[in-house]
Amino acid sequence: MGSSARAPHIVGIGQSAYTRWGGIQDRSQFRITAEAIVAAARDAGLPVSAIDGLTSFSNDSNEGPVMQAALGIPELRWSAMVWGGGGGGSCGAVSLACAAIESGQAEVVVAYRGLCQGQGRRYGRAAPTRTHGSFIAPYGLFAPPQMLALMVQRFMHLYPITQDHLAEVALSFRANANRNPLAVMGDRTLTKEQYLASRWIAEPLRLYDCCLETDGAAAVLITTAERARDLVQQRVEILASAHGSGAGWSTGPLGSQNMPDDTYASTNNRRLAKELFARAGLTPDDVDVAQIYDHFSGMVLMALEDFGFCGPGESGDFVAEGNIRHDGGKLPLNTSGGQLSEAYVHGVNLIIEGVRQMRGTSTAQVTGASTCLVTGGLGVAPTSAILLGRN
Amino acid sequence: MALFPETMPRPEPDMDDAPFWEACAGKQLRFQSCAVCGMLRHPPAPICGGCHSTEVMWAPAPAKAEVFSFTVIHHASHAAVADNLPYVVGLVTFPGLPGVKLVTNITDIPPSDIRIGMPLTLWWDDIGDGMHLPRFRPA
Repeated sequence: MGSSARAPHIVGIGQSAYTRWGGIQDRSQFRITAEAIVAAARDAGLPVSAIDGLTSFSNDSNEGPVMQAALGIPELRWSAMVWGGGGGGSCGAVSLACAAIESGQAEVVVAYRGLCQGQGRRYGRAAPTRTHGSFIAPYGLFAPPQMLALMVQRFMHLYPITQDHLAEVALSFRANANRNPLAVMGDRTLTKEQYLASRWIAEPLRLYDCCLETDGAAAVLITTAERARDLVQQRVEILASAHGSGAGWSTGPLGSQNMPDDTYASTNNRRLAKELFARAGLTPDDVDVAQIYDHFSGMVLMALEDFGFCGPGESGDFVAEGNIRHDGGKLPLNTSGGQLSEAYVHGVNLIIEGVRQMRGTSTAQVTGASTCLVTGGLGVAPTSAILLGRN
Repeated sequence: MALFPETMPRPEPDMDDAPFWEACAGKQLRFQSCAVCGMLRHPPAPICGGCHSTEVMWAPAPAKAEVFSFTVIHHASHAAVADNLPYVVGLVTFPGLPGVKLVTNITDIPPSDIRIGMPLTLWWDDIGDGMHLPRFRPA
């Protein structure tokens, strides 16, 4: 793709302040989302009027055409959203943008998400309605920590994965957040003792195995290689993007949990991962740093296996050897603190951190990093991922 | 007395799954299958993912099930369960019914004794207004 004049590149990033849920009371979710889009355009050195495409996911309530009018965008050529799936569509929103740009249907597309849980609904609480809700709510299965706990429990039954391995994920990401002044948990350290003393939410997940509930908005601006050349920022190429689902997942763990037996304890990314790497002409060994969707610590372990960084059942040993740490790991993960410790902007904050790593501006920069994997929500449907490259 | 209080969400039958709930009301657990190719599916759906027939049959479930996974829930995500903590949500499978997993509760056992693969037996919980829900305890 690199040789094509229309190869998609991320040239702008924008975000609001990130706070705990309820922390943004003086501005609406729509306003901070609009501000994040404007910030992404400014970061790229482009006028907002140059934007001609808007994409999002997960039924984002900051509707594209309404955003177009609010921002005075003269012509919208691409307006699309990835279906449901929690944060599964975060990188999918980028893949929609790539489809528009590579096909010539749009020139400058912003993928965005605004999510203020203090203004809408806290995701840790029961939702009023869910697809297949009749088959779960009457039994007290209400919220994603409980739903994904069922998958992690099965995963830990099948493979030698222990609480220590889950803790390694939570502690590594917190250490990264402690270097990031924009992270909600930036000034809060976490020890193994504190982790082990924390309360259970839904076994085998403790408090610190679960992502934050926050307020925030984030946006990335994507355009062609040709336009990217003339812009101010170090351009970051989208080497490959993909979204989709394996067979029989329906709404997966967020619905009736009737995924096939052989893929139940998976991130629903095994085929997608192979296709993603093949499209980029890369292998997992080529990846220098990754931002893996961390709604729950155990799902990150599963992703290390499904994306081929280690074999089935080997993710526990992989993290125990220190491989995911910023400090000396061979595959540093979630270098901004991720959604366990930076903020939960449904994964768009992970895409922004991927861009920072490729620009060389992360607060936990991996020296010489030139390839970054970013994934969307794991173990849901659809799922998505992108590979970013430093030009 | 029902496992959870009356404020607990109840099933809300729709056009596609109403026969499942009618059976539960009568304390019968049965799963939908395709009348043409026999493929089982859950939750009920209006079309077969194998042969695309819309004709359905209903297969009675055995009273025995097995733990496929479970979680011990310690946090009340809904006010109705505040006095039930901790409680156990199980995902169970049935011998002879491939392709069916049922979300349910596992009761009458200390949560720390539950194991994946453990055999269970069905009991019916009367949640009032003529509805019953399938829940499970150790066999």
